Amino acid sequence: YCLSGHPTLPCNVLKFKSTTIMLDCGLDTTSVLNFLPLPLVHSPRLSKLPGWVSKDGTINLEKELKECAGRVFVDSQPEFCLPERELLDLSTIDVILISNYHCMMALPYITEHTGFTGTVYATEPTLQIGRLLMEELVNFMERVPKAQSATCWKNKEMQRMLPGPLKDAVDVWTWKRCYSMQEVNSALSKVQLVGYSQKVELFGAVQISPLSSGYSLGSSNWIIQSHHEKVSYVSGSSLLTTHPQPMDQSSLKNSDVLILTGLTQMPTANPDGMLGEFCSNLAMTIRAGGNVLVPCYSSGVIYDLLECLYQFIESANLGTTPFYFISPVANSSLEFSQIFAEWLCHNKQSKVYLPEPPFPHAELIQTNKLKHYPSIHGDFSSEFRQPCVVFTGHPSLRFGDVVHFMELWGKSSLNTIIFTEPDFSYLDALAPYQPLAMKCVYCPIDTRLNFHQVSKLLKEVQPLHVVCPEQYTQPPVTQSHRSDLMLELQPPPMPYRRCSVLNLPFRRRYERVYILPELANSLVPSEIKPGISLATVSAVLHSKDNKHTLQSVPKPPPVPPSKKRKRVIEEPPVMLAPKPLLSGAVPLEAFLATLQKHGITEVKVEETADGHILHLQAEDTLIQLEEDGTHIVCDNNEPLRTKLRDLVLRFLQKL
Amino acid sequence: AGQDVGRSCILVSIGGKNIMLDCGMHMGYNDDRRFPDFSYITQNGRLTDFLDCVIISHFHLDHCGALPYMSEMVGYDGPIYMTHPTKAICPILLEDFRKITVDKKGETNFFTSQMIKDCMKKVVPLNLHQTVQVDDELEIKAYYAGHVLGAAMVHIKVGSESVVYTGDYNMTPDRHLGAAWIDKCRPDILISESTYATTIRDSKRCRERDFLKKVHETIERGGKVLIPVFALGRAQELCILLETFWERMNLKAPIYFSTGLTEKANHYYKLFITWTNQKIRKTFVQRNMFEFKHIKAFDRSYADNPGPMVVFATPGMLHAGQSLQIFKKWAGNEKNMVIMPGYCVQGTIGHKILNGQRKLEMEGRSTLDVKLQVEYMSFSAHADAKGIMQLIRMAEPRNMLLVHGEAVKMEFLKGKIEQEFSIDCYMPANGETATVTTNPSVPVDISLNLLKREMALGGPLPDPKKPRTMHGTLIMKENSLKLVSSEQALKELGLNEHQLRFTCRVQLQDPHSDPDTLHRIYTHLKSVLKGYTIQHLPDGTVMVESIVIKVSSSAEDPNTKVLLLSWSYQVKRCHRQL
Repeated sequence: YCLSGHPTLPCNVLKFKSTTIMLDCGLDTTSVLNFLPLPLVHSPRLSKLPGWVSKDGTINLEKELKECAGRVFVDSQPEFCLPERELLDLSTIDVILISNYHCMMALPYITEHTGFTGTVYATEPTLQIGRLLMEELVNFMERVPKAQSATCWKNKEMQRMLPGPLKDAVDVWTWKRCYSMQEVNSALSKVQLVGYSQKVELFGAVQISPLSSGYSLGSSNWIIQSHHEKVSYVSGSSLLTTHPQPMDQSSLKNSDVLILTGLTQMPTANPDGMLGEFCSNLAMTIRAGGNVLVPCYSSGVIYDLLECLYQFIESANLGTTPFYFISPVANSSLEFSQIFAEWLCHNKQSKVYLPEPPFPHAELIQTNKLKHYPSIHGDFSSEFRQPCVVFTGHPSLRFGDVVHFMELWGKSSLNTIIFTEPDFSYLDALAPYQPLAMKCVYCPIDTRLNFHQVSKLLKEVQPLHVVCPEQYTQPPVTQSHRSDLMLELQPPPMPYRRCSVLNLPFRRRYERVYILPELANSLVPSEIKPGISLATVSAVLHSKDNKHTLQSVPKPPPVPPSKKRKRVIEEPPVMLAPKPLLSGAVPLEAFLATLQKHGITEVKVEETADGHILHLQAEDTLIQLEEDGTHIVCDNNEPLRTKLRDLVLRFLQKL
Repeated sequence: AGQDVGRSCILVSIGGKNIMLDCGMHMGYNDDRRFPDFSYITQNGRLTDFLDCVIISHFHLDHCGALPYMSEMVGYDGPIYMTHPTKAICPILLEDFRKITVDKKGETNFFTSQMIKDCMKKVVPLNLHQTVQVDDELEIKAYYAGHVLGAAMVHIKVGSESVVYTGDYNMTPDRHLGAAWIDKCRPDILISESTYATTIRDSKRCRERDFLKKVHETIERGGKVLIPVFALGRAQELCILLETFWERMNLKAPIYFSTGLTEKANHYYKLFITWTNQKIRKTFVQRNMFEFKHIKAFDRSYADNPGPMVVFATPGMLHAGQSLQIFKKWAGNEKNMVIMPGYCVQGTIGHKILNGQRKLEMEGRSTLDVKLQVEYMSFSAHADAKGIMQLIRMAEPRNMLLVHGEAVKMEFLKGKIEQEFSIDCYMPANGETATVTTNPSVPVDISLNLLKREMALGGPLPDPKKPRTMHGTLIMKENSLKLVSSEQALKELGLNEHQLRFTCRVQLQDPHSDPDTLHRIYTHLKSVLKGYTIQHLPDGTVMVESIVIKVSSSAEDPNTKVLLLSWSYQVKRCHRQL
């Protein structure tokens, strides 16, 4: 079941062996681009924007919609596009597996008010940093409450008349405002922490295990397997050496199905090159006396940016330029990054052994080069010096402290805004600030797998089937000639889109049972063919917690001497083993010889099309011997029949 | 550590794999008995061929002190597993220990710094709850043990057999660490330490209050307090305790922490904060508990300063180093106090003074009169009898094996365990082998068809009174075991089924026509044989389950009917009733 149309912020549900597993819980935040920015201090520019009235004047939504530089924006608290909630009953979900902190932002929408009673599994850094990001989001929204909530434009009839891109936005009536801190806490209290390669049993039926994916702190791919089937979920993986632990590829081998999501959103941009560009643009602006604004998330790539700058500052003579990191969770994010040694790459780990902080931003803070503030209010306003470099959120430019800096610096062409987060189109992000004098540089840094790396990876791990979002099966719309920017596989990947339901090509044939030692000892194997032995098993099957064991058949309890004998007779048929199946053929000569040994001498042999008929004259009995059957015809002579039966059985194999 | 505390080193053979658990040294000895006896594994040559892996539970020297000796001097190149904090701290303690032994005491035939480095290169770090596949069959998983920073318990599994080794652990959370925890993994053997096998300790709060009271009283009367500790572990807990006390009471007497290790040690705690307890982890962003305001670094000259002071000095058992030097200086003054916060191994000065010895023989035949007060406070984070029982309840082992304790105390605990849990309990001495027989089940792949059919027949709920018997054929081919229905087995192996049928003629007198007779038989059988499927088929036969009944009249006498009963070998005995 696919609940999210965004390939990098996935939300899928897998039903596997009677468990219902949600894979990631991504929140599509691109919807906020349709809204006006939330300024921290009153912005006369934004409040003076004209309302929107349709050309013919029939529709007047000037209270809700504002126009800026030819684009129309909703003047309301930004809303998010949630994962689909109607496709299946969310209360039936048993577990949610989180692959990284960016892919858990919709969690409160799923676990709260839906009847969800399951467990969420995530690694410790994912939980902690995910919590920070959610806290930040809530904080951004709550500190600038907006009285009005626009709903009229969502009316289907109205929406049809609106200019694009509002006209084409999907499911707008399901868009929701941000959750509250209380909902975040409640959602996160359902999280169970796991470590890499930890094996977690779900109801005894399925085993799940997170693997390092190399993308961010604690990011993981997941293996979902039973004894005979294996599904790999690959989401947001990276082969580049940045700060997190490298990706574990070998454990993905031998998958029946591999679900592939979270590839790079910038397949044409090389992260290293972008990092270089970032530094040079930054240095240029500062030297020219301008300020640099870097809209970013408060965890993730920022650690790499700071590390890169740490080396760059000296060589570029920026030693005196102040660097500011402004976010309600800036301090926590920087502190947390230092304590997850186990989740870092080898280089950083060995630093901790010395013991030194793994990230160099500790030193930047110590030497006062990097300063962090919870917001632009308070200490920051008094210590603020220009020109400077500011890292702050939110990268959509719709809320957070970044809005303030846009208003502050947007009018000067000396200043530069450098986009590093790939989640939002920078042109869309800037739209409500137009006309803009400040320079814009777009250096998206997306370390996730690109198509070249994916095809190499898939060649390596050889899954039987690949399932992926439909976006990956065709080249991007803007570059339709680039056939290298899509997945080409044999067999072709199975594509899915929002709201589609796929049947995975599974054929389950075997299940694991355990034979208890007592029973195992009593088995008598016989070799049928070289290297192949058979044993018949008669046992009592016990199934408990989806685990099956075979026990020896208990001996019938001694029958108490009672008058009700009838009942006793009725019981045994259940307990008795059925006669085994027979196989093989009875050889005529040997059989005759055996008969003779047992005193049956008068035998008339008649040949038929399929075998022989033996007529035992003295006993008036016929035996039909054929390749695949023996038929004994004799009258009411039980002892003889038993004797003949035993003789025939000597030549046959029993199963 | 068989019936003794010190040089923990346990060999486990499980499912054909050999695992060494811990590789410690004995603090009480200075000769060959210091290290475990590796000749027990092999008389000559390297150990690599004999061991599949080595696992170190935590960084205390009685658990890892012999590691470089084993890997570099005896010879072992396989993997050594330990947690990240252990990997970080262990080489520092080893180096420290080496310096004391070689540089100060001038011993030769000891491992070198290079050897420690080489040895650490063989270490594979282990995360909590991570399942590490050592090879195809052997897997290990670490659990939080709460004894010191990075202490772990390990669950070792080969096939369906498993062992849990606790290392040293603590079941009550303290000021800086959490409590040990393990899931219900039902190991075949639980190897547990039993340092405090007979003790049931009073509440932690009382002990802390006592400790603070004694320190405070000594300071008030102008005495000096010496607390011998190991650089990492209890020291940090007591530092946090004193720090908060000093702050609350606004005390001015200096607290010192000896050796340069401290600064570093506290730094380790800051970086490995995820290994500490809940409270510290939650508040670390606002206030890091390991940044002390009142505790300063100690210099040797401070020992002669007048006035009260508290000094934490290493090592913890007063067997060497700075703590011993300070002890010698202060021993003569009854105003002073030494508080031993942990267990002392036999043979150390710590052990002697705790046993009330007041005259100590020092090196060079001099004697030392001990006049200062000696206090013992059990702060070392070992599980007490209650804690051990609690762990057994958590893990539900099938057998129990006690190590790392004194024989007499073990004996007592053994009795208690056997009585309360009715499981076997072992307590081998050093060099002794305890053999535990396990009874593993055999994992088999069952055809889903067979399983589903069987489950459907069994009904939704199992009926304990009427167990159903399942039948199938086990195919053993190379290494695979498959359980399938007999029919499927024949098909899979390409064998033909051989039908064995029996036919019997029964004559009876009946004046009706053939079909009538048959019908009469049918109705009769229907009334007699309840619970069987009886069918009257259009081709003139009656089927009782799979028994075929035909009727024909004899040629001579139409009233004599011949009943042909035909059944196959597989038919049960019900035909007799016919």
